Amino acid sequence: MAKSNKPIVWGPFAAGGTLTAFVTPVLIVLTLMAALGHAPDLLAYDRLHAFAGHWLVQVAIAGVIFLSLWSAAHRLRITCYDLGVRADILVATVVYAVALAGTAASVIYLARI
Amino acid sequence: MGERTIEMEVQRYHPEKDSEPHFQRYSVTCREEWVVLDALNHIKETMDPTLSYRWSCHMAVCGSCGMMINKEPKLACKAFIRDYEGVVRVEPLAHFPVERDLVTVIDDFMEKLKRVRPYIIPKQARAVADGEYLQTPAELKKFKQYSMCINCMLCYAACPEYGLIPKYIGPAAIALAHRYNQDSRDGGREQRQEEIAATEGAWECSFVGACSEVCPEHVDPAGAIQQVKIRSMVDWYTEHLMPWLKK
Amino acid sequence: MAEKMSRKPYVREMTSEWIFRHPRYLRYMTREFSCLFIGGWTLMMVWGLKQLAEGPAAWAAFLEFLKSPASIAFHVVALVFAVYHSVTWFNLTPKALPLQVGEEFVPGAAIAGAHFGAWAVLSLAVLYFAGAF
Repeated sequence: MAKSNKPIVWGPFAAGGTLTAFVTPVLIVLTLMAALGHAPDLLAYDRLHAFAGHWLVQVAIAGVIFLSLWSAAHRLRITCYDLGVRADILVATVVYAVALAGTAASVIYLARI
Repeated sequence: MGERTIEMEVQRYHPEKDSEPHFQRYSVTCREEWVVLDALNHIKETMDPTLSYRWSCHMAVCGSCGMMINKEPKLACKAFIRDYEGVVRVEPLAHFPVERDLVTVIDDFMEKLKRVRPYIIPKQARAVADGEYLQTPAELKKFKQYSMCINCMLCYAACPEYGLIPKYIGPAAIALAHRYNQDSRDGGREQRQEEIAATEGAWECSFVGACSEVCPEHVDPAGAIQQVKIRSMVDWYTEHLMPWLKK
Repeated sequence: MAEKMSRKPYVREMTSEWIFRHPRYLRYMTREFSCLFIGGWTLMMVWGLKQLAEGPAAWAAFLEFLKSPASIAFHVVALVFAVYHSVTWFNLTPKALPLQVGEEFVPGAAIAGAHFGAWAVLSLAVLYFAGAF
């Protein structure tokens, strides 16, 4: 039995899982505060636009989005299998495609900032 | 000591006459300190000699008496009647074919154990005249917990991935491979990687962690599997991104 | 006297009922389902990036959308699931990355605790620098 190429998809999953464990809750708190009408200073248009204009920040944002979407996609793929969906190749293609599309979109939007 | 009469529902299956398993109910008067195995033995000795099940040591070291007790994989000799209320349902260990009554077909497990090469593969050939291996307590601690497996298969019954994907090599087999990989006397990790770093190896695991929860010896196969995944991942990226590095 | 042995191993079908076999499987499923909310929130933020790139009016519209009841409800649920993901992830980290110092292994609680501590410090730092308080 040959060694698997699973590390290609598992590596970003593990990195993304770790990253989202550290940063996603506090980021959700920021947007929740905005949702409740108490938007933090950083979410004001001028400040956020300036912040997200910096190339280093843009790389970081794209990286966070890629790893977050990828780890969520991988987990969703596993969950589908756990729930009895046997078409693993199809599910994998769809979920990873969505993750990559979301990442590509964010790169495009960031470039426009 | 006190006594208690309990109702037991035991799965029966006699292939020579049954097309599928069914349940049979027994009323068993148990002594307070009894385990489920005692109740089964009482049934077999006094009520129904046709009941078949595996058991041996009656002290949780041989790994023979694994079964589903109220849908939880347990050693029947370690499941105390006093911990159960109402009807006690006893079924064969999940995720294995049923041979007869509570006896499962364990060939798949036995074959998988062999596949991981569960023996020391020396780094270099060694003659008896070279003397014994020297190993520090620290080196022993690296693998000792993984050597405590009694092959009871409770982890396979607890693992939903093994139930869903029968080709999955499974927790105990991977923990056993890890036991040898972690042993300072061993040099066979590369060979074992062919089995445990394959798709049907550690990669089928989704870290449910049920295997470690039900393990009577606290081997923690789930931990072993994640460590195998991380090591295999590092290997893979090293091999593919830096192929000039010699192993 | 030999009676012909008849073997007919019975294979029990695996349905999705395994999820309900024990609370630990429900907890596992809950943990796995956190991916829908973390992924969903991230996709929402990608859309927010689009609005940010389109200018102040579009960004204001995004902030207004965030204030909708559906968005608030989603945020609350997503936060719960995100925290559940973090807690389960950090508690499992010591199993995947055991640390042997000398002869003994560092207790799992210490490794997990260090992660929780870093998580708290990082979160407070982010809140501070974002001007949340």
